[in-house]
Amino acid sequence: MAINWFKYSAPTTFYGLAGKLIPWFAVPAVILFAIGLYIGFAVAPIDATQGEYYRIIFIHVPASILSMFLYMIMAGYAALGLIFNTRLSAMMASAIAPTGALFAFISLWTGALWGKPTWGVWWLWDARMTSELILLFLYLGFIALHASIDDPRRADRASALLAIVGSVNVPIIYFSVKWWNTLHQGSTIKFTGTSMHVAMQQAMFTMFAACWLYAAAVVLMRVRSIILERERNTTWIAELPEVKR
Amino acid sequence: MGIELWMRENPMTYIWLGSYAVSMLVFAIEIVMVINRRKNTLNQIRMMRNSGDNE
Amino acid sequence: MKKASMFSLFVLVVRRDLVLAMRRRADVLTTLIFFVMVVSLFPLGVGPEASMLRKMAPGVLWVAALLSSMLSLGRLFSADYLDGTLEQMMLVPQSLSMMVLGKMTAHWLVSGLPLVLMAPILGVQFDMTAETLGILIVGLLLGTPILSMLGAIGAALTLGLRGGGVLLSLLVLPLCIPVLIFGAGAVEAVATGLEATAHLSLIGALLVLTLAFTPWVTAQALRISME
Repeated sequence: MAINWFKYSAPTTFYGLAGKLIPWFAVPAVILFAIGLYIGFAVAPIDATQGEYYRIIFIHVPASILSMFLYMIMAGYAALGLIFNTRLSAMMASAIAPTGALFAFISLWTGALWGKPTWGVWWLWDARMTSELILLFLYLGFIALHASIDDPRRADRASALLAIVGSVNVPIIYFSVKWWNTLHQGSTIKFTGTSMHVAMQQAMFTMFAACWLYAAAVVLMRVRSIILERERNTTWIAELPEVKR
Repeated sequence: MGIELWMRENPMTYIWLGSYAVSMLVFAIEIVMVINRRKNTLNQIRMMRNSGDNE
Repeated sequence: MKKASMFSLFVLVVRRDLVLAMRRRADVLTTLIFFVMVVSLFPLGVGPEASMLRKMAPGVLWVAALLSSMLSLGRLFSADYLDGTLEQMMLVPQSLSMMVLGKMTAHWLVSGLPLVLMAPILGVQFDMTAETLGILIVGLLLGTPILSMLGAIGAALTLGLRGGGVLLSLLVLPLCIPVLIFGAGAVEAVATGLEATAHLSLIGALLVLTLAFTPWVTAQALRISME
């Protein structure tokens, strides 16, 4: 898109843009969620080895992927904020963190529920689950650090540095845990035979898109609140219709 | 164990209640929290403006 | 004033921190005593059965080393921060990263190395064999510096904050997990008759990596906390 990117790097203009974008993410998210669940439950067949229980993956896998994806985006915004000193980048990082943490939680919870009927235990210290748990800790650390610092500028920059250090560590953690115990390895996308049934793939992809759109909508909503909080003393905020009411 | 037996007898309920309901609950809580945050922030700003105007 | 070379700067900072630590010997000793106490609590909590203790030993010792390091990290920068020395350190033209490395080294000498030296005695409490004990020591020797260095990043980020020590631990412990896994894993490997070289090499690699990056990262964190 040949628009002036830097126009939207100012909180003032981004606030408006975000507001307009939210319904475009939120409504398709709900629709795709419904479609995904329909395909996942009504169309996709029973799995030969796991029966009905495998259907948990339609929320578990998207949540897992998204929790990692969101962390990298958060770290990216953190880096932008540190390098270019843009306030909005730091605000976006702060907006993403809670959503990422919640997806990590959903991933762990649904993972445990899938593990019980499949492997017989609620929890396993395998590479993926352990790394996901640590990812949750990294998110929580980011949120805690930001909340503990009163000066917003220092808070932004300190948590940004933490996010970047964490992102470097995520692959290290993953490989160290994988070395340490490899059980989860064989059982994710591969199912009955060599490939997944088409309907399963469709459901998975639809749900992933739905979760991604949901995340975008929620993050944009949150960042608008953050912008309001940070810029509360400015005149442009005072001129907003929702404030003047 | 009671829960394991129940789990095997009612797989769909288990999946729905355990995973999807919980996930959707999490999403609902998140949405409510975000909306509340916006509401509180706007109220705060309005209060600030009003007390400022009254000087 | 003569422009100090990198190495003499490093030595200067290490010496200074060691002298300061020796003046406050109580702080140093409490960390060591904490380590001993935590390790000794486990047999009391889990029971004296020798085979179980032997299995638990590497994990317990490593976790205790981690927690003890976390305890002492709060003090890494706080004293200098409070009396203004840190600000001075940041104003001089000399390399802040090098000075930070000096502080990290002093911290390790005072809080990490004693743990390594104490470990054999504690390992005996857990009925560890000489071979496993040896691997444990090597692992701790390579790993405790990593803990000091990663911890320094946390100490720099949480400088002067209310949450202080607990927040620091929260931030740093996830980052230290690979060291824990490889360190304890090395001992378990040897205990089951396998080689520990892979595990120890990985800790070595992590050591080199942290040595290369953490001083600079910590210096940046200090600048963020001090501006």
